[in-house]
Amino acid sequence: MRILLFAKRNTKEVLRDPINFFFGLGFPLVLLVLLSIINASIPPEANNPMFTIENLAPGLAMFGTVFMALFAGMLLSKDRTTSFLMRLFTSPMTPKDFIIGYTLPMLALVLPQATITFLAAGIWGLEITANLLPAIIVTTITSLLFIGLGLLAGSLMNDKAVGGLCGAVLTNVAGWLSGVFIPLDLIGGVFKKLANILPFYHSVQGIKTVLGGNISDSLPHLLIVMAYTVAVFLLAVIAFRRKMSGGKA
Amino acid sequence: MNAITMTNLTKKYGDFLAVDDLNLTIGQGELFALLGVNGAGKTTTIKMLSCLIKPTGGDAVLLGNSINTQPQAVKKLINISPQETAVAANLSVSENLELTAGLYGQNKKSARQRAEEVINQFGLEGMQKKKAKHFSSGMQRRLSLAMALITDPQILFLDEPTLGLDVLARRELWASIRALKGKVTIILTTHYLEEIEALSDRVGVMSKGKLTAIGTVAELREQTGTSKLEDAFVILAGGRV
Ligand SMILES: Nc1ncnc2c1ncn2[C@@H]1O[C@H](COP(=O)(O)OP(=O)(O)OP(=O)(O)O)[C@@H](O)[C@H]1O
Ligand SMILES: [Mg+2]
Repeated sequence: MRILLFAKRNTKEVLRDPINFFFGLGFPLVLLVLLSIINASIPPEANNPMFTIENLAPGLAMFGTVFMALFAGMLLSKDRTTSFLMRLFTSPMTPKDFIIGYTLPMLALVLPQATITFLAAGIWGLEITANLLPAIIVTTITSLLFIGLGLLAGSLMNDKAVGGLCGAVLTNVAGWLSGVFIPLDLIGGVFKKLANILPFYHSVQGIKTVLGGNISDSLPHLLIVMAYTVAVFLLAVIAFRRKMSGGKA
Repeated sequence: MNAITMTNLTKKYGDFLAVDDLNLTIGQGELFALLGVNGAGKTTTIKMLSCLIKPTGGDAVLLGNSINTQPQAVKKLINISPQETAVAANLSVSENLELTAGLYGQNKKSARQRAEEVINQFGLEGMQKKKAKHFSSGMQRRLSLAMALITDPQILFLDEPTLGLDVLARRELWASIRALKGKVTIILTTHYLEEIEALSDRVGVMSKGKLTAIGTVAELREQTGTSKLEDAFVILAGGRV
């Protein structure tokens, strides 16, 4: 009950900021249109499948969820600096209430975001099949990584730092190393190795394989993402609990 | 049973003793004022009692529950108006109030009803739908106080509650606090001595983390041989008249 009340408040807080709407829903769509136009101008004899809609749709679905790190992190960080959270720390709310209460609204945002991205991709030629629903669910699951990163950053840093780290650094790192915008095979070397070690590329591959109907092929990728997610959430919970018992919200 | 019993309550920040071996008992329904210059340790004491920070040493028992071993039980009984105004900026007055009530376990209906009551009590009528961030700081303060009272706490901590309130709002808050006297145990800090004379049953003077004097306003005046509380305070807080 407490969790749901708090989650409802957090949802309101995020949705009442119009900038969040733009980044949450609009930005993936803008990229979708832009990159599709680029794709259309690549001559077929170049044989470059990079920006075909089957690659773009899962890539942008994942990329959209990067902004959940920004939303979650900013919200938590602002709550800390306005001492609203300090007040809640004296209430019967437990660390679990807080963490789940911050996480649920972000998941609730990812669902429509991913749905809209895929449906828009449908307009640009993505074949809409029964695999859409599992793909949306997998996108939601992989978004937990970013929500956790946001909560970790929000527990440790002020909102300006969170904005810089989650808004600028993380979007770029996750974007470039996801293989969505540049072909990893073409670049190869350290860059490709790094992309393979980090979870972002695997998030996209997980979504892409499920969208293509190969659930079993997606599992190795998703396992890597989940391992990172668990680790990040553990760190976030530790950081949050420390703030909570330190009184310096 | 006493409402609050502090035994050797101590808080150190590194080597710095913010609260030094506090021993103090506060009766049920009593309004106890904590007085002291900036940095004396008032807020730190309140933070320990409201389970925001852990004591470095000692303990406090609130209505039978230890802040060290039963913080969750303590939290259900208390509420606080922090020294810094604490409201959710993007929520309206009603939403802030109903959220707070709900987090302390009130159902929707009771939360809504109590919200109406404290809205009247704190002169927030007609602003239920307005978002907290569009308020003046004094209005935010009132909302912050209303959020402390909506949960019907048995023990209430008011850390400089009238800071930033206009004269009328201050008088109204005094009236609200008086209405709670005898029912709710209140620890109040303030730098306004007339507030203490108007409201408190007993006063504790803190200086450099230590409790240097305790008694009624009359007793403190007597003890220091002064006729004004302000003069008594200056002596007890370590200054000179
Ligand atoms: N987190 C902290 N880390 C280090 N020192 C702290 C911390 N919090 C408070 N202090 C120190 O502890 C002392 C007591 O602070 P406290 O806030 O309790 O004072 P106060 O009596 O409430 O003062 P004021 O009237 O200004 O509100 C101060 O010297 C303060 O600098
Ligand atoms: Mg203080």
